[in-house]
Amino acid sequence: MKAIDTPPAGSALPGPPEPGDVMVTKAAPSAPRKESKAEGVTLNVFSHGILILWAIMVIMPLLWAVMTSFKTDRAIFTSPWALPDKLHFENWSRAWTEAHMSDYFLNTVLVVGGSLVGTLLFGSMAAYVLARFDFPGNRFIYFLFIGGMSFPIILALVPLFYVLQNMALLNTLHGLILVYIAYSLPFTVFFLTAFFRTLPTSVAEAAFMDGASHTRTFFQVMLPMAKPGLISVGIFNFLGQWNQYLLPTVLNTEQEKKVLSQGLVQLAVSQGYKGDWSGLFAGLVMAMLPVLAAYIIFQRQVVAGLTAGAVK
Amino acid sequence: MQHGKYRFIVGFLAIPLAMYALFVVWPFIQSIYYSFTDWSGLSPDFQMVGFDNYSRMLGDDVFWKSLQHSLTFAVVLPLVTVGLALFFAFMLNVGGRRRRGAAVAGVRGSAFYKIVYFFPQVLSIAIVALLFQFAYNPNSGAINSVLKGVGLGSVQPDWLGDPNLALICVMVVLVWSTVGFFVVLFSAGMASIPKDFYEAALLDGANRITTFFKITLPLLWDTVQSGWIYMGILALGAESFAVVQIMTVGPNGGGPDYSTIVMPLYVYQKAFRDGQAAYATTIGVALLVVTLAFAAVVMRFGRRERLEY
Repeated sequence: MKAIDTPPAGSALPGPPEPGDVMVTKAAPSAPRKESKAEGVTLNVFSHGILILWAIMVIMPLLWAVMTSFKTDRAIFTSPWALPDKLHFENWSRAWTEAHMSDYFLNTVLVVGGSLVGTLLFGSMAAYVLARFDFPGNRFIYFLFIGGMSFPIILALVPLFYVLQNMALLNTLHGLILVYIAYSLPFTVFFLTAFFRTLPTSVAEAAFMDGASHTRTFFQVMLPMAKPGLISVGIFNFLGQWNQYLLPTVLNTEQEKKVLSQGLVQLAVSQGYKGDWSGLFAGLVMAMLPVLAAYIIFQRQVVAGLTAGAVK
Repeated sequence: MQHGKYRFIVGFLAIPLAMYALFVVWPFIQSIYYSFTDWSGLSPDFQMVGFDNYSRMLGDDVFWKSLQHSLTFAVVLPLVTVGLALFFAFMLNVGGRRRRGAAVAGVRGSAFYKIVYFFPQVLSIAIVALLFQFAYNPNSGAINSVLKGVGLGSVQPDWLGDPNLALICVMVVLVWSTVGFFVVLFSAGMASIPKDFYEAALLDGANRITTFFKITLPLLWDTVQSGWIYMGILALGAESFAVVQIMTVGPNGGGPDYSTIVMPLYVYQKAFRDGQAAYATTIGVALLVVTLAFAAVVMRFGRRERLEY
């Protein structure tokens, strides 16, 4: 994709750009158009080729999973890429009931619902205080929170297991909710502190002058103003908590309390023994589709929410 | 604004800070303390043993193997992922057919590509790992049957069952699932670079590759650097644990023992499978040191003058 030094129309032979070239292109205004056109076309074809190739590599495994979930076990093994002979919906119902996917879904909804509300509430409370009030220890607490972002969680998990055991929180959904909230706080506080700093101070001051307490000012004035930030960080935490695998694997090992991701891995083990691969694939797709559908619908917000942290 | 200020501050900080201290900070401190004991995790009794765990770790072949693999992840994965993502993002933003009045243009359908590339990012890493475990299956998996389909029936690798290939297979899955995120991230950064820069450079005879290294990369440097650190931490931490544990250790994985072991997985096995909690925290401390050293190295060598535009 180099510049072309002589401009025969249509030729795309690469050649090193020479100093004299610049003079020529500047002197002859009609020449560069042809050059760049040829270059542009080659580049365009090349980029489309590469981009399509990666798009196929992303989509194929997902399509393959959807297709496989409608096939019989025999067909899965004999012809992995063939279309299903008919849509075997019984795989899906078997996964939903017998393989406990319905339980896993319910547990996940409960845990993520509880911890998302808690994360946003406590995260915004801490972030607001850290962003807007001067007090001794403010910086220390702030860095204590954001320091948690770069520490390997697995290191804390060994003692955490026994902390939860002593508090009778091990293998309980509310225990898992508390842990999810605690481990979501670093990023949430980091993100929302930056966000609260960008909001104008005058509105809060006016509310305070009118006799509203600090607490009331926060809930009735500041939180509604912070809505865009809450949505971004909410989406980020929703996906992180919905997809969480490490924390439940260590802290929540009882069969009927399992959440989706670890439930699926469990399913892979048990269905493997039974040889029920089609049921397993149905479970996989069942877990995949709601998030993918939600992503496609709220595409813009999801991308903004997930990339917001890294851009700052 | 002074009235009741401190009561308010304490009231608002108490619960979040208490939860954070109890479930995050306290376990971190404890685990460093436990690394100097002989605590098994099963019984409440333990004694201080000084640096015994650390000297044991230095003589532990499996530890060195896990360290080597984790370091490989931390070096190779950011390099490949960030490199591929920069390439795709550049193609998306600059690779388009030249339109009237614009020096550079994005390819047609770039919005579509970005949506598709981002798919794996919203899926649980556990689901992705399970999916690829089946795709890699040597007998009936998607990959080997594609090879058969294109006439490469004689090339049927064992993938995850082959000690030489297993680690690469795992890394490919991590790249597959994270590239999209960085494409979108870098793409947003590239879109905010003024088009005049490209126009001026192209007029001066620069080709597109030169514009990438002379314009795009320097102006995007901050984002690339934070992306690099983010990917490294991910490759050292929970993500690599999930992929390796699900794909190569589970009863269906059949990965050859320790040929894919990574540090977080070794911590997990020592603590929750072998009942050696103290030794597990020792390996965890080593992982912490590696993670912090990685971030420090990237920041040190990545430091450049910040360009304002």
